[in-house]
Amino acid sequence: MVDEKQFLQNFADQFDDEPEGLSLETLFRDIDGWSSIVALSIMAMCAEEYDVILSANEMENANRVSDIYNIVNERIEQ
Amino acid sequence: MAIIKTNGIGISAVSACVPSKVERNCDLEYLMPRSEIDKIINTIGIEEKRLADDKVCSSDLCFAAAKKLLYDNEIEPESIGALIFVSQTPDYRQPATAPILQHRLGLPKTTLAFDVNLACSGFVYGLSIAYSFASQAGIDRVLLLVGETMSKIVSRYDKVNTPLFGDAGTATLIEKGDFGNAVFSLNSDGSGYEVMMVPYGGFRNPSCEEGLKLVEDAAGNRRSEEHFRMNGMDVFNFGMRVEPKDIGCVLSESGVSIDNLDLLIFHQANKFMTDFYTKRLKLSPEKTPYSLRYFGNTSSASIPLTIVSELKNSYPNRERVVLSGFGAGLSWGSVLLDLRQCRISDLIEY
Repeated sequence: MVDEKQFLQNFADQFDDEPEGLSLETLFRDIDGWSSIVALSIMAMCAEEYDVILSANEMENANRVSDIYNIVNERIEQ
Repeated sequence: MAIIKTNGIGISAVSACVPSKVERNCDLEYLMPRSEIDKIINTIGIEEKRLADDKVCSSDLCFAAAKKLLYDNEIEPESIGALIFVSQTPDYRQPATAPILQHRLGLPKTTLAFDVNLACSGFVYGLSIAYSFASQAGIDRVLLLVGETMSKIVSRYDKVNTPLFGDAGTATLIEKGDFGNAVFSLNSDGSGYEVMMVPYGGFRNPSCEEGLKLVEDAAGNRRSEEHFRMNGMDVFNFGMRVEPKDIGCVLSESGVSIDNLDLLIFHQANKFMTDFYTKRLKLSPEKTPYSLRYFGNTSSASIPLTIVSELKNSYPNRERVVLSGFGAGLSWGSVLLDLRQCRISDLIEY
């Protein structure tokens, strides 16, 4: 199981201005500073930190932080 | 994957030509706000690119580079047995551009000449074909001309691709000699053909009024169906899946460890992506030269352009070098070779 606190920190680190109060329920596309570059950074973070390669579809269909968190957890458990 | 191994064939000379017209990414304020431009420049690592004039084709840039290479190295045209032109921006849909270049360069009619239609993997593929021909008894030298004028197929109102792509033409001479071994890995996955493409203007979707209309997408990019389009996330996902693995494959087939590699020259896609692959490979960033800061992503021409612009006066250790390209197709390939005997011409402008 991926450490939730660490995952949220890793996720927040991908934004230029670290968002406050990030939780698994956060709709990350609504965060100030969200861009396609941040999306690529999140994909890179998942590969780098968890060795999980997200597809473009997975990234495009995700809205809440939990959507990404769950994919990473599922892949790690497989 | 297709693995090809050769011995006693190598690159003896490289030259490159870029258009003299410079477009700076900081001048793209007509396309997006200043703050966004700065962020993009910082991420992709591209400050400026060279753009060809309307009447200048990829073949013209390659022709200039080839003339320079033949002159600098005192190569007799009669000694060239094959000419391969790699580009997705040829002169015409028909005929192929290579025979036209054979004639323009004054190469003999006994030269075999043909085009290869590949994008960012094109240099590695072209090199593998050139090495194969040069391995034959009847061919001593192969001239590989790799050029692209992406500016002609990228919409000026495309925020994704306009900051990325530049134009260049290159010439590479391959011949027999004491070059040691080379190992190629070549791969394809056509299931991803839509990830990077120009949908109209071929024969599946011929040119038509509908295809030439500029249409705005949800992100505010305006393109026609005859403009190049790319899904950045798909490309990044593709690169993450294949690039480190393919480079690992040629290293393993060659018996070379990543620590013993002298240089890794990536297709200059963008700095965000290739820095990431370098990190994944645990390779020192000092071993990955970049030309994209001043020339952008020049598609298939980016590897030889990087050799000319970056290796002319730097990177003296070049015995174990990997060249790796990946892009539209999907198509990707890597080669490990020895560049110690490669003579590099000064970069020229058109």
